[in-house]
Amino acid sequence: MTLITCKDLCINYDNFEAVSNASFTINKGEKICIVGENGSGKSTLLKAIAGLLKPKSGEIVFNDISLKNRIGYLPQQTQSQRDFPASVYEVVLSGCLNNKRLLPFYSYSDIKSANANIAKLGIKHIKNSCYRELSGGQQQRVLLARALCATDKLLLLDEPVTGLDPLVTLQMYSTIDNLNKNYGVTIVMVSHDVEFAVKFADRIVHINKSIEFFGSATDYKACDTGSRFLRGKTID
Amino acid sequence: MINTITEFLSYDFIRRALLVGALVSLCAALLGVSLVLKRYSMIGDGLSHVGFGALSVSMALNLAPLQVAVPVVIIAAFFLLKISENSRIKADAAIALISSSALAIGVVSTSIKGGMNTDVMSYLFGSALSITDNDARISIILCFFVLIVFIVFYNKIFAITFDENFAKASGINTKTFNMLLAFLTAVTIVIGMRIMGTMLISSLIIFPALTSMRIFKTFKSVIFSSALISVICFVVGILISFIYEVPAGASVVLTNLVLLIIFSMLGYIIKKS
Repeated sequence: MTLITCKDLCINYDNFEAVSNASFTINKGEKICIVGENGSGKSTLLKAIAGLLKPKSGEIVFNDISLKNRIGYLPQQTQSQRDFPASVYEVVLSGCLNNKRLLPFYSYSDIKSANANIAKLGIKHIKNSCYRELSGGQQQRVLLARALCATDKLLLLDEPVTGLDPLVTLQMYSTIDNLNKNYGVTIVMVSHDVEFAVKFADRIVHINKSIEFFGSATDYKACDTGSRFLRGKTID
Repeated sequence: MINTITEFLSYDFIRRALLVGALVSLCAALLGVSLVLKRYSMIGDGLSHVGFGALSVSMALNLAPLQVAVPVVIIAAFFLLKISENSRIKADAAIALISSSALAIGVVSTSIKGGMNTDVMSYLFGSALSITDNDARISIILCFFVLIVFIVFYNKIFAITFDENFAKASGINTKTFNMLLAFLTAVTIVIGMRIMGTMLISSLIIFPALTSMRIFKTFKSVIFSSALISVICFVVGILISFIYEVPAGASVVLTNLVLLIIFSMLGYIIKKS
């Protein structure tokens, strides 16, 4: 079943066209990786799906209406978060805010959901720790738990393993994989690591302002764009 | 000591100054945590200068100072916020330009009118003890308004302060809340200017947040402790100013500075051990 359809998307970022004429679909329960060079529009595309940027033309259709505002977005970390005084619990709980637009305070079910997601990601032992004192991998787990509070259907991950060491990177990928397999969460991930992307994802979107490839990971390895990019050569 | 405090509290104008000042300190501290964490500290500083400019111009034109300053500072707050959100403009440079320009406009309009008088001086460096009954009433109402709005939107303010992009993706109207924050800051600054002076009001916003962040590690504890620190520093500062006959605003700022140094050392010791 198709979850999201992107049709002829053109997206401007700071007044220049970062994405042009992108069309692709996201199916329910699959893992999609968006790959491409630096500045190719990967993150811009993800931000548009998350509703942070408004496309200049084209449209993003959510086939499941309940998905709007029920997206778990994992942004790249910002500078100000590095020294932010907040406990893990506070951060995770803030993911529940979309469930009630009017009520100012958290409900019992919000608290339950936050605790469940903390347990799901194995960060129960640091629940009361300070976010800024955690390691990079732990911080990403916290943000992932927060994203799960916002959704149980769709996660949008913007380079979730940036700055993590190889071992923690593998653990992070297997956590994401687990969420997909055992909880049926659809994953859309922007990734630098194209070699891992082809192993991890069901389908690949290769973007270089416009979409150069969209299809299964196996086909990507075989196609011209994919094989060249995998060998580390740039594409003109 | 007890005698001094009893004498101190026996004056009507001091009780009034304490009440209004403590409320303004409380509001400033609450908003300050969010502003400092969002890297918006300069906005508070810029707004106070704009406030001075507006007050001077309105006095030169014989208009009611507060009625002119409140709307002007609110408009300036939205404007400064827009600049800060725009990644293509160097926000810190732009805010510095705006604040010195506003200051210059204030100084020029004052000198045209006949130079520095006591009114202008009192807005520059504050006069906690010259608050009228009417001023006090307006200030108290505005402070309660700021407090209630802050409490009601506390969770959303946390979410937006911590991660604006995530908040926006989950459907919170971040623009509205940023404007709300700017609006509350503008109101707090204009009320506080009368007591602390335009030159010193931004310290009320920045100091308590920084001080409590030296030691406290959750958002809630930082919020509570900076509110408490702010009120205590204000009361102690006023008391010192009364005993040693130094200007109130400056004495509050110095009390804050001392506490920041103590908390920094404590934080360092806790980290080491």
